[in-house]
Amino acid sequence: MLGEGILKGLAETAKNFAGSYVSKERLTTVQYPEERIPTAEAARVFPFLVYDGTDWEAGLRCVACQICEKECPPKCIYIEKSKDKKPDYVGKLQIFPARFDIDVSVCMSCQICVEVCPFEAIKMDTEFELATDDRFEGLLRHRNQLAKSNEYYHKIHPTEAAEVDARLAEEKAKVEAKAKAAAEAAAAKAAAEAAAKSAAPADAPQATAPAKPAEPAPKTTGGGE
Amino acid sequence: MSASETRLVGRDGAPVMDVDGDLLEVSMGPHHPSTHGVFRMDLALDGEKIVKLKPVFGYLHRNHEKLGEEHSYLASMPYTDRLDYICSLTNNWAYALAVEKLAGQEVPERAEYLRVILGELTRVQNHILSVGFLLQDMGASGTPLMYGFREREKILDLFESLTGSRMMCNYMRFGGCRVDASPAWLDGARAVVAALPAAVDELEALVCTNEILMARTQGVGVLPAELAINAGISGPVLRASGVNYDVRKVDHYGIYDRFDFKVPLGDHGDVYDRFMIRLLELRQSLRILEQALKDIPGGPVMDPKAKLRNFRPKAGEAYGRIEAPKGELGFYLISDGGPNPYRYRVRPPTLVNLTVLEDMCLGHNVADVVLILGSIDIVLGEVDR
Repeated sequence: MLGEGILKGLAETAKNFAGSYVSKERLTTVQYPEERIPTAEAARVFPFLVYDGTDWEAGLRCVACQICEKECPPKCIYIEKSKDKKPDYVGKLQIFPARFDIDVSVCMSCQICVEVCPFEAIKMDTEFELATDDRFEGLLRHRNQLAKSNEYYHKIHPTEAAEVDARLAEEKAKVEAKAKAAAEAAAAKAAAEAAAKSAAPADAPQATAPAKPAEPAPKTTGGGE
Repeated sequence: MSASETRLVGRDGAPVMDVDGDLLEVSMGPHHPSTHGVFRMDLALDGEKIVKLKPVFGYLHRNHEKLGEEHSYLASMPYTDRLDYICSLTNNWAYALAVEKLAGQEVPERAEYLRVILGELTRVQNHILSVGFLLQDMGASGTPLMYGFREREKILDLFESLTGSRMMCNYMRFGGCRVDASPAWLDGARAVVAALPAAVDELEALVCTNEILMARTQGVGVLPAELAINAGISGPVLRASGVNYDVRKVDHYGIYDRFDFKVPLGDHGDVYDRFMIRLLELRQSLRILEQALKDIPGGPVMDPKAKLRNFRPKAGEAYGRIEAPKGELGFYLISDGGPNPYRYRVRPPTLVNLTVLEDMCLGHNVADVVLILGSIDIVLGEVDR
């Protein structure tokens, strides 16, 4: 019969229309600003800089190695190295980014900066409402806007952050063990020298060994790649 | 109005087409809603009939190949997402395949399975979408397209939860895949694949026997098999003309020789065949997905020897090709041993498939041009690069 196919199709549409009143699964849209679909844990939108502790400037993990700047495909990262150095968590002096800007309008959310970073310093945010009415200054994010705490990282990517923390803790333990061994060796050497001279109290020099109070959260080694 | 006043004139002042004065010249696009992007066709019409058709593209040219030569191998990977932005994962795969050939890298078993799973999911969502858009072009405003979008959304959710992005996945790496799929993700994929046949049934019931669809598409835009072969056509457009050629069967790239699937073929080569081929291929993809999701082994997803940075393959050349949802997608790379390729060339399936547009359109009405163009399933990001 001519028109049978059309009627069959219309029956399908009617089934869907009626179904949308009965079955919740058939209602696939949400009213966006009020209702939101939770973002996926793996979602990536725009990079941020991770810092440890409470002071963002002191706790920034970034050591301004500029690897991300070099590898970024659209070249949206601008880094200026600091002139002076600040101690990282193990007490090792490191340069830090005096300027770290990312251009929102150029970034294409590819996550390559995150993959190449050897210091776990840059991660992807899930915040997607980045629109601004200031198209000159507002689109260039500076390091104070980019810095976000490790707690925040744990909140948005719990699994990934836990893995990173475990890796960093392991590396830190390694560095500490090495430092401890070095300190012991230095102390032994100093003691031996003191014994040889049989004078002066043997105060082991601890120039390289870290003597900082324990900080919360994970640390990077601050070493090379 | 005299004939000379209706002349379309190019930038150099010369007429765009050398046509008889009685014919009407129409510039269709680049902002025509049915051209799937910014694509223009210069038509010469005798009444409603097409006498000449000249495809004009390049409006979306983004210098992709030159950028590939300026960037490191890794940095080109996210750019390949933007070629055919509907199927970014198959673009990733083709590029990774070419670089792996160049560098002689091995891919772990699990990564191969993940690539097949993601590649076939990409094919499913592309075919759902292209069928939906073809019907939209035909005048079935909204309904079939939205049915398609509803199913595609589930697959995009899978992509997002694994790769981090819905469309610009940037997932594959030279020597494997970027992250591993969790058991929960695989279960989610199994659930989606199990639910999809019902959705395809629904789409088929909605339109496949529709008399209007058949009247509009059967016998329209016929592409003879001989012409298709001579023009280098690939993908569903070629197979709708009855030529049994599928890179998955010919090359067995990856691990495709392990799966049991058929290559559907058409016999008329018209728009209806191309439409049906996609629906049939979609079902075959679901078969592959079922097998791959059942057999996926454990293990690493990255070759431990693979280097992310300072990647310099030895001097040489390689051509990696895969059966992308739209046809044979190939990447040709020449390395001079440096950090970026000396030559980076993309063989996009839809650009080659567009070359026979005039042959398919001649003698048909203007309204059919929209349909024929929709049946090639072009994405301008890939055509113009």
